Amino acid sequence: MGNQTGMMERISESTRSLTTGVDTKDVEHWVMIYIMGRGYRVPADLTIMTAMEFAGYRLIRSCGCRQGFCGACATIFRREGEYKLESALACQTRVEDGMSLVQIPFSPADAASYDIASEAYAYSVFSKHYPEVARCVSCNTCTKACPQDLEVMDYVQSAIKGDFGGLTEQSFDCIQCGLCAIRCPAEIVQYNVAQLGRRMYGRYGSPEPAHLKARIAEIEEGKFDEALDRLAGASTEELEKLYAASERESDG
Amino acid sequence: MTSENTNSPRAVGEASRSKKTRLPYYPGCTLKTTAKNLEDSALATAEALGIELVELPRWNCCGVVTSLTDDDLMHHVAPIRNLIRVQEMNAAGLADGETRLVTLCSMCFNTLKRSNARVRERPEDLTSLNDFMYLEEDYDGSVEVVHFLEILADLGAEEIGRRVKTPLTGLGVAPYYGCTLLRPKEIGIDDPERPTIQNDILQALGAELIDNPYKTVCCGSYQTVQDKHAVAELAHGILTHARAAGADVLTTFCPLCAFNLDNRQREIVERHPDFETIPVLYATQLMALAFGLGPESCRFDLNFVDPRPMLSSKGIMKEEAWATRQA
Repeated sequence: MGNQTGMMERISESTRSLTTGVDTKDVEHWVMIYIMGRGYRVPADLTIMTAMEFAGYRLIRSCGCRQGFCGACATIFRREGEYKLESALACQTRVEDGMSLVQIPFSPADAASYDIASEAYAYSVFSKHYPEVARCVSCNTCTKACPQDLEVMDYVQSAIKGDFGGLTEQSFDCIQCGLCAIRCPAEIVQYNVAQLGRRMYGRYGSPEPAHLKARIAEIEEGKFDEALDRLAGASTEELEKLYAASERESDG
Repeated sequence: MTSENTNSPRAVGEASRSKKTRLPYYPGCTLKTTAKNLEDSALATAEALGIELVELPRWNCCGVVTSLTDDDLMHHVAPIRNLIRVQEMNAAGLADGETRLVTLCSMCFNTLKRSNARVRERPEDLTSLNDFMYLEEDYDGSVEVVHFLEILADLGAEEIGRRVKTPLTGLGVAPYYGCTLLRPKEIGIDDPERPTIQNDILQALGAELIDNPYKTVCCGSYQTVQDKHAVAELAHGILTHARAAGADVLTTFCPLCAFNLDNRQREIVERHPDFETIPVLYATQLMALAFGLGPESCRFDLNFVDPRPMLSSKGIMKEEAWATRQA
């Protein structure tokens, strides 16, 4: 992949905070946003996250990968003139004029602890660790809250049906931001229920991939020992060169 | 509101001879877990009768137990959302314009049909529910919630009898109804006091019908969670009367009745050491056997009192068919 270096540069450029090097004279379009009730005039093409930084906030929590993958920047907002509270990821959502917002850095939600090896591969694993799933009234509030556009209610229903494969499929892109659990009137912790389900499916339900088995055997036979030693002894410059030239293998 | 009971018996039997009738089907959570023996046997039975029960591609909890309070619409969201799924299924061309939604679990039947009746009677409630579910298309009130027993009754005993390969000769079967198929009478599929809808079907299978008045006595329902011994006493009465009337087995369509009558026999035996256990089956398990579909579709491993010794003693099942699988 010849353009690998260029792509890395573009990613690095896009994740750089826009608050540095912005000359306000060059900004043509401005909007007013309200962060925790206080108004700020910010450039219109910023994301919520970069707009907060432009406004002077230094984000220590509520900010992670800046790529929409880590789920750290859950945000509750309301559009001007609307009654609905909506939710989004701050790094993935552009500011709008009149938007009121606040970030939810963390959900102190219940996460059951269990030994996956001693759990029965049946729907009862959900009623055992998260009995509140049975309280779902199918109101779909969780789905509306999900910034990943997952069908959250449907995966909770899959848990109730003991459909581990369906739950895994439906919840796979969950980034555990916690917004579903915060909105749920039945007090279900959807994202942790889903994690339990995916772990169960991974251990008991999904077929063992043949290529993984083969690769583990190769590792155990020492096939990669020499290459690993070489990498461990390489200088930073050498590693950067190797990384830029590397090609991704297919998932087979 | 038009009564769903007057639903014209469409010629399912005619169709079954030529091509399969496809009907939207709502399973419910229990049929996917502890009552897989009801689902598997019913789907196999339906197929043998030329009916394809097509599971809704998307469905949620039926809402289990209808909300009876006047101002609680929240608990009608789940059932009505499922009825919207039937509309979606038709829009996607998966249901041939069929508005009947077939249920197997009598609790799901009861909940879905009562919610449907409620929104048909009170359009303002339907408007509220549609407004709340603004991401869904509006429910238009067009779905008819039916129970599989009604489909079987429409087919008729003659058509069912034609499929029988292993008649249940000499097997005394006491049909049991419980409440959710029959009450309230506005949505029930039969006379709430004297139901007979299972009779013709069981007789068509060649069984000896053991009709007895305990067929509508309460099984104890959800009291089973609070006080299993009180429920065991109710079950004891129902089972001993069926036995005294000559029953070898009982049949039901309700997973909760099945649990209370079948699994609670553990508690009955504790209190009544002289009690002789009696198998409780889903009627579709007997149908599957009579149709010669084999024990694979019956999931007898999910029945608490194993019916296989009884069925093989009557020559309905081959003994080795289950004895070897158990080993």
